[in-house]
Amino acid sequence: MATTLFGVITLTLVAITAVATVMAKNLFVASMWFGIFSLLMASNFFLLDAADVALTEAAVGAGVSTVLFMGALALTAEKETHSTAGVSWLPILALVALSFALFIATFEQPVLGDINAPVHQHVAPWYIEKTPEFIDIPNMVAAILASYRGYDTLGEVIVIFAAGIGVLSVLGFRPKRRQEITGEQLGKKLRGVQHHSILRVVGKLIIPVLLLFGLLVQFHGKYTPGGGFSAGALFAAAVMLYGILEGADRSALAMPEKMMLKLAALGATLYTGVGIACMLLGGAFLDYNVLWSNPVAGQYLGILLVEFGVGLTVTTVLILIFNAIANRPTYQA
Amino acid sequence: MTLLGLYNYWVFIFLLAVGIYAVVAKGNYVKRMIGLAIFQAAVFLLFITMDKVEGGTGPVILPNAPIDQLYANPLPQVLILTAIVVGISVTALGLAIAIRIREEYGSVEEADTRRQDEQA
Repeated sequence: MATTLFGVITLTLVAITAVATVMAKNLFVASMWFGIFSLLMASNFFLLDAADVALTEAAVGAGVSTVLFMGALALTAEKETHSTAGVSWLPILALVALSFALFIATFEQPVLGDINAPVHQHVAPWYIEKTPEFIDIPNMVAAILASYRGYDTLGEVIVIFAAGIGVLSVLGFRPKRRQEITGEQLGKKLRGVQHHSILRVVGKLIIPVLLLFGLLVQFHGKYTPGGGFSAGALFAAAVMLYGILEGADRSALAMPEKMMLKLAALGATLYTGVGIACMLLGGAFLDYNVLWSNPVAGQYLGILLVEFGVGLTVTTVLILIFNAIANRPTYQA
Repeated sequence: MTLLGLYNYWVFIFLLAVGIYAVVAKGNYVKRMIGLAIFQAAVFLLFITMDKVEGGTGPVILPNAPIDQLYANPLPQVLILTAIVVGISVTALGLAIAIRIREEYGSVEEADTRRQDEQA
């Protein structure tokens, strides 16, 4: 009961911050609101017993996405202009009608936590019952992610890799005719927050802890909530923090772009390679049972390798995206 | 109590509407990406709402767990876990395109870019 009430309170705050995000005319303010929105959303996911998702949403939504929005705003415009910045009534009317229709439909939905809901009747009970027997790792989310639903996850990793390549190809192109702003102005922009002593000291204390936590989440993800996706986001957040504190050009020196690109490809290749190795050993694609004499040990090895591949690709793609946006020179129109 | 059990769906609907509003009504491309991210978060909320089981716990089997322990449904969690990271990658691609639009048009407002396209 207390959990339900706490959930209602966080969700109300989520709704309020969402409105504040959309209403804010200053886009820096909007992206800060969005960070708060994501953090509240993550705490609500935790209340709904989804610790893995909460971890990922906190790292990605509140950490990485806020940084990326800020970076993009530094290169575009701080404020919304034009009449569209105000309230337009036609979309609101249409959306109120849509919301009302959906609202009526909710009364036929199963209530929160109903064990008899259709979603709990098929597939999921089998996963919960058979995971100790077939895979024998405590975290069922990791088991489904890397093993039962390995094909889906491979697809997601490829999408992330493709999005990274997309960002690099969009921002790799440098416009002619435009003058780069050079000199002191650019130097100041790239040097991060060096003039804020407190931010630098506290931030640098956080980085090693964040990296260590990332390692725990990556390699202990079979026993506790975690895995390649959350760990990748945490690693990327640590590198981004370093980039913010010391200037993105320095974090790019520590993590050279060419190496990052190769590692991103290596992560996706490792995943696919494990699948092909399974085929060569006489199993189906991504059927880890054949990787070891004992099928359960084979599953363990397969999940370990695949999660490592996922972590590698997610980390490097997010860092590449951050570097591409943060190191982009400001062009004078 | 039954009504409180539907509250998650109502917030989902509200966030969906707020997200679509930002995408449809706002002319600023970065604001539209933020609206899309709110829309995504609404869908995440719907899926994670499904996984909850009353009296259950997170889907991690502890060594000393009782035999009849109930667990939250792990399947929606897996789908959303990956969707969050895919979502941020796609948002980043949208932001990259917004940055290029700014460099070419000098603005990220739809009204400005449309006017320049019509003049050209």
